[in-house]
Amino acid sequence: MPEGIIPELLIVLALVLLIAGVVVATRRRPKREGVATKEDIEAVEPAVETKAEPERPTQEVIETPSLVTAEPVARPTLRERLGKSRKFLGDRLADAFRGAPDDATWDDVEAALIQADIGIGAATKIVEDLRSKARERKVTEAGEVRSLLGEQLVELFDTDRDRALGFASDGPPVWLVVGVNGTGKTTTIGKLARDLSERGRSVALAAADTFRAAADEQLGIWAERTGSVLIKHQPGADPGAVAYDALQHVRAKGVDVLIVDTAGRLHTKTPLMDELGKVRRVIEKESPVQESLLVIDATAGQNGLVQAREFAEATGVTGIVLTKLDGTAKGGIALAIENELGIPIKLIGVGEGLEDLEPFDPKTYVDALLT
Amino acid sequence: MFDTLTGRLDDIFTRLRGRGRLSEKQVDEVLREIRLALLEADVSLKVVKAFVKDVKERAEGAEIHKSLTPAQQVIKLVSAALIDVLGHEAVGLEHSSRLPRVLLIAGLQGSGKTTAAAKLARLIKSDGRRPLLAACDLRRPAAVRQLQLLGEQVEVPVYAEEGAPDPVAVAGNALAHSREEGFSDLIVDTAGRMHVDKELMAELGSVAQRVDPTEILLVCDAMTGQDAVNVAESFVAEVDVTGVILTKLDGDARGGAALSMAYVTGRPIKFAGVGEKLADLEPFHPDRMVSRILGMGDVLTLIEKAESVFDESEAMAMEEKLRKAEFTFDDFLSQLKALRKMGPMSQVLGMMPGMGKLSIGGDEVEAQLPRVEAIIHSMTSQERNDPAIIKGSRRSRIARGSGTSVQEVNKLVKQFDEVKKLMKMMSGGKGGPRLPKGFKLPPGVGI
Repeated sequence: MPEGIIPELLIVLALVLLIAGVVVATRRRPKREGVATKEDIEAVEPAVETKAEPERPTQEVIETPSLVTAEPVARPTLRERLGKSRKFLGDRLADAFRGAPDDATWDDVEAALIQADIGIGAATKIVEDLRSKARERKVTEAGEVRSLLGEQLVELFDTDRDRALGFASDGPPVWLVVGVNGTGKTTTIGKLARDLSERGRSVALAAADTFRAAADEQLGIWAERTGSVLIKHQPGADPGAVAYDALQHVRAKGVDVLIVDTAGRLHTKTPLMDELGKVRRVIEKESPVQESLLVIDATAGQNGLVQAREFAEATGVTGIVLTKLDGTAKGGIALAIENELGIPIKLIGVGEGLEDLEPFDPKTYVDALLT
Repeated sequence: MFDTLTGRLDDIFTRLRGRGRLSEKQVDEVLREIRLALLEADVSLKVVKAFVKDVKERAEGAEIHKSLTPAQQVIKLVSAALIDVLGHEAVGLEHSSRLPRVLLIAGLQGSGKTTAAAKLARLIKSDGRRPLLAACDLRRPAAVRQLQLLGEQVEVPVYAEEGAPDPVAVAGNALAHSREEGFSDLIVDTAGRMHVDKELMAELGSVAQRVDPTEILLVCDAMTGQDAVNVAESFVAEVDVTGVILTKLDGDARGGAALSMAYVTGRPIKFAGVGEKLADLEPFHPDRMVSRILGMGDVLTLIEKAESVFDESEAMAMEEKLRKAEFTFDDFLSQLKALRKMGPMSQVLGMMPGMGKLSIGGDEVEAQLPRVEAIIHSMTSQERNDPAIIKGSRRSRIARGSGTSVQEVNKLVKQFDEVKKLMKMMSGGKGGPRLPKGFKLPPGVGI
């Protein structure tokens, strides 16, 4: 081997240069007629889909509007639970808005937003907009600027969006739960199962995480605690097969909801992401997947957006579950995900208890951050 | 996405070319870019501020090297400052004169403690020692079972007490047990806990008190954002953290949390989790992390990834072909298959320093791949082996067959030829390689 050359790297470089060259070349040329590009294909797809599945069941909204349990009074409010976040951002803003705002004030607001993991780009833009708005409306009072910021943050969410979990009009709905390792998928499923069973729905849990040691046992304990049925195979079994069997089971036994737990996987592992796509397709051959819930850890940084993009491509994510909001992390990346990818945040996890899962409400969330 | 720090700094200096020294304005502008790069990499704001101040001081006193461009010079400065925080070399586990040496594993939920504990046990065992794992995560359902299964896989015994409620007691019993049985190391896995949970943090303190560990290793997810600084501060306040294990580094997060952790704890990052297999725990390399955080590409990781997907002898043969410009479209197809195993193109490109210059995204490349493949699949094997014969009617046949255009076929064939020449030059090692228009060779790619 000649000195300094790593054969593998040379090959990679050759391939990348070659492909990159072709891309640059094609990009310079205007799109040609008659050649279907990826965009064209995608543009056609929805029409094809509706034709192919005219009987696609309409989604029925969950009757209780929330996951909140019977005695909401006894439970701490989101504001209390997000206490750490509130204190953090609230203190900053209180300091920032003492007297007339100056450059340092805006820097502080920006800093607070950055520290909420909203992202530097988004934080800068929010502050810019806020400044011009404050100028327009000739705002100098601290309270006013704060409510302006609140307004602006809420605007980043689509407040009219339906954030309820999807139910099928016929047959049991299937909810797929996906995410990178350690975000809290299995725990979220336990909480979901508990909420459903409390409201009189029977639940089946499919242990399609056949990779991690004892993952099926962990889910089994949740099944026991919530009175749900567990469908599992041997460790290392094909996750698609587990999902398929679970679907057959819920149909035969008339179970109300099927929740499929999947192994945590980094979005960069192509074969694992393909496997996830396969699990979804296996289910979809039999029944539509009402929800593909991506679980995002509130402590996640800017990589969360990349995760969401990759998972959305692999499994058509329908909603975000933002977990671990009971710490000091603000989960600002979820805002970026909803804003940029249009995937709604549907649920938030605020603790280790079975009841610590709540529906997401933009106003409450922003309010909790700013009060 | 590929708007790398080096690229942005280059832009600043191109605008301000001709100056021998860094002016204060330049320095400020540069520092702003560094601040941005660090924040985008998820380094905590607090740490960024302190760090940028440090770099500014260094820049003011810096000597100007004639051989370096201003951009290179600043990068060098920043890298040096980063390495000062992250450590200059990989640091292993502390030795202990007492037996067993106790290692306590702590961290937030889902950071990867149990997996890290098993990986560490495997590593220690491979050193010829006799470790024991202690299952003290009594909170998460089936956590004990998970450790037992992992213990079986790495062939390290696990101390567990069925149904025990108190992790402090279990840890104490595990210590007594390991003394009796003459184990060399005791690795204590603990439950994930929120750093704001006073009760659980105090419990961690009690476990530490009971087993008096040589090392308290804080496990941190490489994908962590701004919160890393709060987590580190809280854990350090409760127990004497001696080192950090950075997990899930095989993803594409820039990993700024590493810097936050090292800065706040003042302790070295000792190990990095780089995969789901139990062998995937490595000593932490500060220098690689620097490139990664700054978005300067990560050639070493790229090499390692490449080595894992390309067969070595095959790669050698391929390299020979490249050198002699005998690389064919068939080779291209087979290598492309391996390349795609390395992950999404965006990630592969991201690890290549200087690829920002191409101003194309990995997604775009990914999108073009099927078309490139279609064109090659529409060639006869004769054409694949000798693209020179692809002329007029062959071209239009290939275009029809692949659903592309003659121009596209042309372009691919031409590009293929250019890259072949380039590779020959590069591997020949004679003279500077001349690159086709629009390409800039990434620095440090082994020429």
